[in-house]
Amino acid sequence: MIINLAYIAACVFFIIGIKKLGRVNTARQGNFLSALGMLIAVVAVFSEREVADSWNSDWIQNGYVWCFIGIAIGSLIGIIWAKKVKMTGMPELVALFNGFGGLTSLLIAVTEFFKSPDGGDAVNAVSIGLTILIGAVTFTGSVLAWGKLSEKITGRAIVFKGQKSINFLFALTALACIIIYVIPFIDAEVKFIAIMSLVAISLIAGFTFVLPIGGGDMPVVISLLNSLSGLGAAMAGFIIYNTVLIVAGCLVGASGIVLTLIMCKAMNRSIGNLLFSGFGATQAASKGGAQTEPKSVSAEDAYLVLEAAQSVVFVPGYGMAVAQAQHVVKELAEKLEANGAEISFAVHPVAGRMPGHMNVLLAEADIPYEQLKTMEEMNPAMPAQDVAIIIGANDVVNPAAETDASSPIYGMPIIKAHEAKTVFVLKRGKGRGFSGIENELFTMPNTLMIYGDAKATISALAGEFNN
Amino acid sequence: MENLIFLVFIFVIAAFLGVELISKVPSQLHTPLMSGTNAISGITIVGALAVCAIQATGTLGMILSFLAVILASVNVVGGYLITDRMLGMFRQKNDKDKNKNKSGEGQK
Repeated sequence: MIINLAYIAACVFFIIGIKKLGRVNTARQGNFLSALGMLIAVVAVFSEREVADSWNSDWIQNGYVWCFIGIAIGSLIGIIWAKKVKMTGMPELVALFNGFGGLTSLLIAVTEFFKSPDGGDAVNAVSIGLTILIGAVTFTGSVLAWGKLSEKITGRAIVFKGQKSINFLFALTALACIIIYVIPFIDAEVKFIAIMSLVAISLIAGFTFVLPIGGGDMPVVISLLNSLSGLGAAMAGFIIYNTVLIVAGCLVGASGIVLTLIMCKAMNRSIGNLLFSGFGATQAASKGGAQTEPKSVSAEDAYLVLEAAQSVVFVPGYGMAVAQAQHVVKELAEKLEANGAEISFAVHPVAGRMPGHMNVLLAEADIPYEQLKTMEEMNPAMPAQDVAIIIGANDVVNPAAETDASSPIYGMPIIKAHEAKTVFVLKRGKGRGFSGIENELFTMPNTLMIYGDAKATISALAGEFNN
Repeated sequence: MENLIFLVFIFVIAAFLGVELISKVPSQLHTPLMSGTNAISGITIVGALAVCAIQATGTLGMILSFLAVILASVNVVGGYLITDRMLGMFRQKNDKDKNKNKSGEGQK
């Protein structure tokens, strides 16, 4: 009774926590509340009768001992990672944590399978099967996403022939395995083989599911994996009849789906198209070679324009994260502000490698969030801006999305940086962006390219203000 | 069966609640929200602890559930701490003016 009340309390803390997490002023408190909910849930599970009855004087046989050792080891690793990770490394860390969540669900389900190798009742069997499927896909999918994000493997979309049919085949086989496990009169040995195949297939399916998705689409994949890790937890809740797992898991699942849809909308793509078409790999139709070479300019000349500017908007992209340029950007912004210019930052919803990635980096650099503008807020004010500085962003400022119906990104809402009076584009080198699409912005008459490492260029610009 | 209906009922309500809660979050907070909900998905720790403590499944089950406890703990503790660290950076301008001298720190 008291335990169930504790679980309800934990759920309430999670719900209030998530609600508060949605507002800047209360977000930190919200996170604390949800952590408190977690603590309550953990204490409660130790007092469940079934758990308490398992107390054993022989310490090796005593589950409590192992639980506490496990918590100690895991917490230590968690503390170290959370302290050490750089803000630019957030997307890969979140991906990895998602993977851990998936693997936990998978392990719980497999352990429960050993407990009831014949499947028990249908609900139990279906729950175990689904938890294995979701947990395993989340695990390997997240590990692959982590590899792509941390550039341990190529971030580009990898597409091979028959990918769709293979994924379809996997789904069918997985379904068959679950059905075999559910049917009561099938031999336990056959069921064992079915469940082991289910584990193997689901693990492979996680890989083949993330493989064709390119780096630029990572915000969507991470949101989706986040959602799956929650669903896995909810399914595990069905196995052990635990309401707090169902509620918390389902909240996470729903929030992940909402974020996924927001990301899809920001790219003007349907989720199906995104998952199955291998965006990064679709080759942009190259439009004749008649295009003019982009004009480039040195940092010194750019300074002269900036010095006279009354309003400057920064448009950050993944390149800023790669160059770790957020702190020098802040320095330059302060110099410009001291010079009398009005500063804003236009952040595209899918800039970077996870939802809100740029906001975190800019917040890390101590840029007041009042200066951070969303795409919708900034676009109407864009023609009034004297200078737009694009730092390592590409597709999100490509006017082809508005004008060129043949472009793969046609229809995607963009930050209309090209409407500013002067546009500086900071870019590592000549070459195309991540998606391999030509950017018309670079050859527009009001655009000036500044080639080189973004961090070095911005320090040089900020340095000019000192002279 | 009644039990199942009850669980499904909870599941459906929670799904709607989740959608309602998240739909209004400003894009600035998407990353902390994601890592915060990620920490919540570490609720699997409850499942892992229950399975690990009961120890009903022999040595292999014990090893697997022990591993599950470790992984879930990493997810929970790491997830909450990193979210807190991130949110500590989201401060308003007037807070910042108070400790302006601190702003130079990050630029090394």
